[in-house]
Amino acid sequence: MALSFLNIMNISLDWAFDAPPSRAVVFGVHIGGHLVVEALLVIVIVFLLLQKSYKPPKRPLTEKEIDELCEEWVPEPLIPPITEEMKYEPPILESAARPHTVVNGKEVVNFSAANYLGLIGHKKLLESCTGALEKYGVGSCGPRNFYGTIDVHLDCETRIAKFLGTPDSILYSYGISTMFSAIPAFCKKGDIIVVDEGVHWAIQNGLQLSRSTIVYFKHNDMESLESTLEKITRENKRAKNVRRYIVVEAIYQNSGQIVPLDVIIRLKEKYHFRVLLDETNSFGVLGASGRGLTEHCGVPVEKIDIITAAMGNALATEGGFCTGSVRVADHQRLSGSGYVFSASLPPYLASAAITAIDLLEENPDLITRLKENIAILWRGLSGTQGLSIASNPLSPLVFLKLKKSTGSFKNDLQLFEDIADRMLREDSVFVVASKRSTLDKCRLPAGIRLFVSAGHSEEDLLKASESLKRAASAVLSGYN
Amino acid sequence: MITIPYLTALTTYFSYGLLFAFGQIRDLFRKILDWWSADNLQGYAPICLGLEDFYIRRLYLRIQDCFGRPIASAPDAWIDVVERYSNDNNKTLKRTTNINRCLNLGSYNYLGFAASDEYCTPRVFRSLETFSASTCSTCVDGGTTVLHNELEECVAKFVGKPAAVVFGMGYVTNSAILPVLIGKGGLIISDSLNHNSIVNGARGSGATIRVFLHNTPSHLEEVLREQIAEGQPRTHRPWKKIIVVVEGIYSMEGELCKLPEIIAVCKKYKAYTYLDEAHSIGAVGKTGRGVCELLGVDTADVDIMMGTFTKSFGSCGGYIAGSKELIQYLKYTCPAHLYATSISPPAAQQIISAIKVILGEDGSSRGAQKLARIRENSNFFRSELQKMGFEVLGDNDSPIMPIMLYNPAKIPAFSRECLKQNVAIVTVAFPATPLLLARARICISAAHTKEDLIKALEVISQVGDLVGIKYFPAEPKKQQEEDGRLKLD
Ligand SMILES: Cc1ncc(COP(=O)(O)O)c(C=O)c1O
Ligand SMILES: Cc1ncc(COP(=O)(O)O)c(C=O)c1O
Repeated sequence: MALSFLNIMNISLDWAFDAPPSRAVVFGVHIGGHLVVEALLVIVIVFLLLQKSYKPPKRPLTEKEIDELCEEWVPEPLIPPITEEMKYEPPILESAARPHTVVNGKEVVNFSAANYLGLIGHKKLLESCTGALEKYGVGSCGPRNFYGTIDVHLDCETRIAKFLGTPDSILYSYGISTMFSAIPAFCKKGDIIVVDEGVHWAIQNGLQLSRSTIVYFKHNDMESLESTLEKITRENKRAKNVRRYIVVEAIYQNSGQIVPLDVIIRLKEKYHFRVLLDETNSFGVLGASGRGLTEHCGVPVEKIDIITAAMGNALATEGGFCTGSVRVADHQRLSGSGYVFSASLPPYLASAAITAIDLLEENPDLITRLKENIAILWRGLSGTQGLSIASNPLSPLVFLKLKKSTGSFKNDLQLFEDIADRMLREDSVFVVASKRSTLDKCRLPAGIRLFVSAGHSEEDLLKASESLKRAASAVLSGYN
Repeated sequence: MITIPYLTALTTYFSYGLLFAFGQIRDLFRKILDWWSADNLQGYAPICLGLEDFYIRRLYLRIQDCFGRPIASAPDAWIDVVERYSNDNNKTLKRTTNINRCLNLGSYNYLGFAASDEYCTPRVFRSLETFSASTCSTCVDGGTTVLHNELEECVAKFVGKPAAVVFGMGYVTNSAILPVLIGKGGLIISDSLNHNSIVNGARGSGATIRVFLHNTPSHLEEVLREQIAEGQPRTHRPWKKIIVVVEGIYSMEGELCKLPEIIAVCKKYKAYTYLDEAHSIGAVGKTGRGVCELLGVDTADVDIMMGTFTKSFGSCGGYIAGSKELIQYLKYTCPAHLYATSISPPAAQQIISAIKVILGEDGSSRGAQKLARIRENSNFFRSELQKMGFEVLGDNDSPIMPIMLYNPAKIPAFSRECLKQNVAIVTVAFPATPLLLARARICISAAHTKEDLIKALEVISQVGDLVGIKYFPAEPKKQQEEDGRLKLD
């Protein structure tokens, strides 16, 4: 027995260590002696890996300790204590927000509504709303995908695309939801977004939700943009493989400046970035026929990858749209969070948007009149004490800031609120200071905003500029 | 919890596997083909990428005719569904002028305010005349009219809180409020099936997010204990505050929130509660005041009450109701109040009028009738469906009843067959539900008549047999058998 066992051992050892490789071939692999040693090593490694590493003994908290911790924990109050400035009450309108409206029983000239084309209360617009309300009711009672698509939504999308000359567009039910849905639909973790530091909160929110790498450049400063793009392209070898975007607003809500689109296009093509342009304040305003900044700068609309806009301004309705290639629009129909997960735009507002675009196309003189009005206001405002106009001469959003800031946004804002208050009280001119949310990351200076409308008369504009001059000199005399 | 039958899970996985494999193969061929044609996008990464894009192109597009069907009427009990056709295998759909009159089991028209109403509609027209369709300004600037103030008072009174603030969209209400209330160092504990707007709001806030098992107060307690004991990650500092976010009725499950238990847990651990009543406000409760009324919870125990007007009220927008101070603070700093256009005046009027009808302040009992009607309709429909052997989710009294489909092939089959018989039903698939748990969802309205419901039940039963989604044995038959046996004995 023993002998035979030894024999077998011998043979097998022979086989393992001395056998010439050619002798043993298993599945086409030559089995050499070293293989056994390696196998042993592997086993040892696996064994070691399976061992638990040394950990200091961990004693979980006892139920009683947790009870005590829970007992001891004191949460902060849900909201901070209410201060005087939080008690602000806005003026209450008693009629439609037309260029002339009623506040506190008094007729005032309204510069607080972005009713650029003066379409609020337009007869055709009201007729179109009435017709839609009769046919469709008020709300759509469902998201677009679940029987919330009314035929006017599709007509409106087609109308917008046709007007702008883009292949397709997509409607959102609220202005700010457009930006914060469109951006995360196309930008994900790892993508690079270069963005102006002065963008509106809706865009900031979209950027945050996208979780992309965000790089800011100086407000409307093309040199800063170029050096940022240069730096990103140089430093980031992988940059070629991720999606890169430049996000800008055509007319900045926070300053009234206009982005030089031709420069943006040059840089975009040089560095291979895509452009997302927000036309909220320029749609229906810039360009000979109101097609926005692309028309104004003579840039073919295809060059802009994604255009978004809120319709609560020139079109005098609500909601927003995003337009671009068919791919861009269709992708959002399943990925735009505000599109998928929210009830669609009330049909009468979509119908109003269609009519507003029709009106714009039929009456190009609305745009001419708006331009004239802006020029009149500018002339009237020249030489205002302590204030300078920060906005572009073509912007219907006229933005005045302090020549010399007090150094804090809050104090600046207080001055502007005093001015606005005085203008409303003494001269019945309704203008607004640029309030800012504590969540807003924009650091541009505070200012006073005047939304010029094609519906303002020359008299209104002169009255406003005179009033502003008077109020500014009264309020600011102690400061400058 | 949904327990998916073993065999069904297997076949569902298999179907998705097959779809995935074929999709990938088709993508491969596309890539090879595109390789020959010139690439005009050199230097750019593709604008749509990843699995999401794959899902859309290869899975969703094949059945896209089941979603987003256009209608040409108000979303009332009966709707005009516009026929569409496709010449390219469903890649694009074109509208025709043909119209099918269908029974609407899809819209969130719980109280039937989608249609014109003898009390609301004339008032809406008057507001349109007076205030036009939009204010073109934000609430804090020049967008607050007397109508907006009336609306806020009306909503606060209806919900049972001292004050309220209103926004023009429900989604934004959630996504813009949470970041105001909580930030870094705070903790949001969210139900695992909360709506996307809550998820986005929580993400936007910068607070830490933890999830508890859907509608399970005991797990919520576990998470709360663990988190309070642990404190913030890494530093172990105590949390600044904790907000627990739940919904009144879960829109994809039809379940009522276990609110009394959840409130008790939150109170015990000093967490704030945020209740999203999007689907429950107006739809449930004796006077339509939502889950608090239905389940006997004092509204004073809920810190932040949120809801939307897109459902029961047939309008648009959302509200937050809470203490005077809370609303004051929100109005001071909430971005949606500062930067978004105020709610459209006719829509505001619709809400005010609808609330008046619900409360009987219009001088009629129509509101009470509507509420009784939706409850009756829902309970009748649910019990009938269950008797037929469908796997129906949700609780009694909830007007939402999902019917489980599971298999991807059953989604278009069910939807198209029902439509053929003039019943418009919503089918829900990814991304609104998990991939495996596709379902059809029925929303009952007070506008449905008994005949409507009986017709719908007939069609659904027939299509259910055809598609094979009666996962349980039918009940009446069982009863009959038992009856028979009893007689034999
Ligand atoms: C860039 C930008 N996004 C969004 C909005 C808000 O859109 P809406 O007021 O229609 O919600 C505005 C306007 O105020 C804006 O300027
Ligand atoms: C729970 C919940 N919250 C919020 C919303 C969004 O509301 P809205 O459609 O008014 O944007 C919905 C809508 O589906 C919802 O179900």
